[in-house]
Amino acid sequence: MSRLRRSMLFVPGNNPGMIRDAHIYGSDSIMFDLEDSVSINEKDAARYLVYKALTSLKYGKKELVVRINALDTRLGIDDLEAIVRAQPHVIRLPKTETAQDVIDCEREIERIEREIGMPVGTTGMMAAIESAKGVLNAYDIARSSKRLIGIALGAEDYVTDLKTTRSPEGIELLFARSMIVNAARAAGIAALDTVYSDVNNEEGFRAEAELIKKLGFDGKSVINPRQIQPLHDVFNPSEKDIAKALAIMEAIKEAESRGSGVISLNGKMIDKPVVERARYMLERAEAAATIPIEEV
Amino acid sequence: MQIVTMGVAGTMESSDIIVRIEPNDKQEINLTIESTVMQQFGKQIDRVIRKTLEDLGVTSAIVSVVDKGALDCTIAARVSCAAYRAAQRSDYVWNGGTR
Repeated sequence: MSRLRRSMLFVPGNNPGMIRDAHIYGSDSIMFDLEDSVSINEKDAARYLVYKALTSLKYGKKELVVRINALDTRLGIDDLEAIVRAQPHVIRLPKTETAQDVIDCEREIERIEREIGMPVGTTGMMAAIESAKGVLNAYDIARSSKRLIGIALGAEDYVTDLKTTRSPEGIELLFARSMIVNAARAAGIAALDTVYSDVNNEEGFRAEAELIKKLGFDGKSVINPRQIQPLHDVFNPSEKDIAKALAIMEAIKEAESRGSGVISLNGKMIDKPVVERARYMLERAEAAATIPIEEV
Repeated sequence: MQIVTMGVAGTMESSDIIVRIEPNDKQEINLTIESTVMQQFGKQIDRVIRKTLEDLGVTSAIVSVVDKGALDCTIAARVSCAAYRAAQRSDYVWNGGTR
C-alpha cells in the first residue's frame, strides 16, 4: 500500500511543546523545521531538541521529516551530522535549484551513513523548490537521486524571486505547480504543495486544496493543525467515487469470468486508464481507511 | 568538558526548561532546580541533568534551571546546548538513534 502524503505538519524545531504534541493531530507526515522558523542564534538549540526528540519519542507510523538548513552555509552540514544519526525517514533540503544541490546533499548523507554503519540509502530525501531557476530544473531535480521521495513547492521565496506576491487564488503559482507536479509524476515520486499562510481563511484554504488536488498533487504542507482535517476531507475519495471504483472492479471480474477482454459498465466501455484510476482511488481509500481492506 | 563562561539555553514557555551553566571554583556540580512539577518530578529532573552533564564530561559547574514541565529529552537537549555554549565549543558528539 502506498504511503499517504495528504498533509505534512510544520513544527518549529525549537518549540518543545509542539514537538511533543505533533503526532496527535492526525497529519500523515510531521516536518520538524531547523530552517526558517529558527532564529540564527538558536540553530544549535533546535538541532539538539529535534535530535533528542527523534531518538527518544515515539511517533507511531507517522512519516518523520526534518527540514535542514541549506548546504551553502556550515549550518546545513552541522544539521546533517546530527539528524542523519537520529534516523528520521526523510531529510528535506530547502531552496533546491539544481540536481547538483541534491547530489551534494546526498554525498554528505552517504558519508555519515557509512561512518555510523547504517546501510547506505536508508535516509530518504525530499527537495523543496523555491526559485524560478529551481522550477525550470524541476525534472532534473526530481530524478537526481533514488533517495528522493518527493519534490515540494516553497511559494514564499518563489513569488519573491518572480517579483510578485501571493494572491488568494494563486494564479502566480500556476506554472510552478504544473511544472512540479509534472516533473514529480515523470520521475515517479510525490508532489507536495506549499503552505497556505492565512490560517483563519478556511474557505480560501479549502479552495486551494481542491485546486492542487485537481492539478495532481499528493498533498500539502500545513502550518496549523486546524488545516489537517479540511485537507484530508478534500483528498479522501468520496463515497460516490469509491462506489464507482468498486463497480468498475466488479465489471472487470465479470468480464474475466466471461473470458471477455472487453469491459463495460452501464453500457459504456471501460478502457485501461479508467481501470488504473479506479485502482488508484481504491488504494487511496484503503490507505485513508475510508473503506475496510477486505472490500478492495 | 570545561565550563569557561556562562551558557544559557531554553525558554520559559510551557513544556520547556531554561538552563544556565556557569564556571564553578569547586570541582563539583552545584545544581539548583525550580520547577512547576517539583513535587512529582524533582528527583527525575535532577537525575536527567546530572546524567547529561556526566555524559558530556562536565564535572565542575554551577547549574540553575527553571522547569516548565519539560520532557526528559527536552531537559537533556537544553542542558547539552547550554553546556556547549558555556564551554564555547561546537565539536558536538551525536551518538545515533534508536528508531
